[in-house]
Amino acid sequence: MTAQTPAPAELFDCRDAFAETLVELAQADPRVVAVVNDSLGSTKLSKLDKALPGRVINVGIAEQDMVGIGAGLANGGKVPFVSGASPFLTARALEQIKVDAAYTGANVKLVGVSSGVAYGELGPTHHSIEDIAWTRAIDRLVVIVPADPVETAQAIRAAYDYEGPVFVRTSRIGVPIVHPDDYRFEIGRSVRLRDGEDVTIMANGVVVARALAAAELLAADGVEARVVNMATVAPLDREAIVAAATETGGIVTAEEAIVRGGLGGAVAEVVAEEAPVRMRLLGFPGFCPTGSATFLLDHFGLNADGIAAAAREVIGS
Amino acid sequence: MTTDGASGAIRAGTVETLRQRAIDVRLRDLKMIHGARLGHIGGEFSAADILVTLYFGGVLRYDPQNPDDPERERFVLSKGHSAAALYTTLALAGYFEESELDTFLQPHSALNGHPDRNKVPGVETNTGPLGHGFPVAVGIALSGAMDDADRRTFVLTGDGELQEGSMWEAAMAADHYRLDKLVCIVDRNRLQQGDRTELTMALDPLPDKFRAFGWAVREVDGNDPAALLEVFAALPFETDKPNCIIANTTKGKGISFIEDRKEWHHRIPTDEEYAQAVVELEGSRA
Repeated sequence: MTAQTPAPAELFDCRDAFAETLVELAQADPRVVAVVNDSLGSTKLSKLDKALPGRVINVGIAEQDMVGIGAGLANGGKVPFVSGASPFLTARALEQIKVDAAYTGANVKLVGVSSGVAYGELGPTHHSIEDIAWTRAIDRLVVIVPADPVETAQAIRAAYDYEGPVFVRTSRIGVPIVHPDDYRFEIGRSVRLRDGEDVTIMANGVVVARALAAAELLAADGVEARVVNMATVAPLDREAIVAAATETGGIVTAEEAIVRGGLGGAVAEVVAEEAPVRMRLLGFPGFCPTGSATFLLDHFGLNADGIAAAAREVIGS
Repeated sequence: MTTDGASGAIRAGTVETLRQRAIDVRLRDLKMIHGARLGHIGGEFSAADILVTLYFGGVLRYDPQNPDDPERERFVLSKGHSAAALYTTLALAGYFEESELDTFLQPHSALNGHPDRNKVPGVETNTGPLGHGFPVAVGIALSGAMDDADRRTFVLTGDGELQEGSMWEAAMAADHYRLDKLVCIVDRNRLQQGDRTELTMALDPLPDKFRAFGWAVREVDGNDPAALLEVFAALPFETDKPNCIIANTTKGKGISFIEDRKEWHHRIPTDEEYAQAVVELEGSRA
């Protein structure tokens, strides 16, 4: 058994799906605008700026202002997509996200790109492994972590359709497509990507493809793992968690985030209250060392082998 | 009631009406805070004349029957701790029943210690932590500019609040986007919670700072409705520039033993102090 996750045939940068979808939305609805913090290139929203000049508002390197201005644009009837690197959007402007967007109930869409350890080599200042824990603790804020370009495009459309504040946490790490063309994302509804009764793996974002690879490894050993894409972290699909606990007897969570307070914590809260079963929570233990995103994911067991090993522990085999 | 949003002539009698209204607001505000045993008298009394002039001096164009009218002019209270003064003003303006003011800070009251847009009509954005309302007001003004609309956005900030970095991010953006329909009023009472602003973190020369950030700046006696009406009538001050009004005020204005005293940032009057304050305010009606 090797330690490497097999390289998929074709990988996609979900920022492309985000930018292309936003261009389509903005072409159809004049209220749609983007707000960026000198992040036109890193969000890939130069596409929107070229397609519809004037619809991207660049506030400069000023994240607090970016979110506040976004909330103000929403007050004035716009549908702003406030977009920037997730570590700066969420950490620097967390109080603005809480007060101006969520508590006010502003119709603001926050899109954190390059989340998790996408900026691997740049170090913990540029990693955004706490953003899920922070944002899911904020009431009234929808938190979505899409897994692939298909889901990213739909999450952006769902955020647009939803009246209220939404945080979409997307990445720049190359991911394979895990959803079929006819996939339909809904806020708050998880999706079972693979059936199984022996154990459940719950993942989101860039780790979903790795969870599916882990299930393949387990199947080779005769273990049938259920794989659930928990793209929406808030509001959480509690029913799917209870079903996983009662029907499969154990849950592994796997996410590109710090292991405290993220998807794993969210699932564990429901499991502890509704249907206690064994769990393993996979993620980063703390500030990460230097290395590429792929290295870090593999190093901390967020790959097929690591997830499969955690599943075996839960089963007790 | 719909005001005409006039920026023109100041009507005879208006100033005296505003003076009386400002006393009404202060009396009601004082009663709320004395009753609730919590609040920020100092900053509310410094701002009372500004609020009254905006809402009852024909400056702000608003309709309490239609608080979500897309074309309304917006007022944002960036210094959210002056909520009681805003609530009193909104009630007198007809946004909700005056009797609701009696629920201030009571369990489940809509009238929280800091304004909540979801519960109080007329509130544009939730504020409380400092440094939030100004950037939101910039966003509101920017939406108007993108729509080429004539609606104006007024934001009232504290002076101590200008120590927050987000305020200067907002000031920079307002100039960059040439938001000449944005009006930032600074309640320059020179006191903050712990001490005088200049001893805490100096702000002067404040007008020069705003000018350096690209704003057209006027200074005014912020406790004089006549002077305030005049400065509001002069809007916009300059083409393509956001407007800053440094309103020089006295914290706790109107009550001798509260005026310009730092301990009255959020001190609560005793029953005796309350009675004396009422006498002073009523006595100032003449």
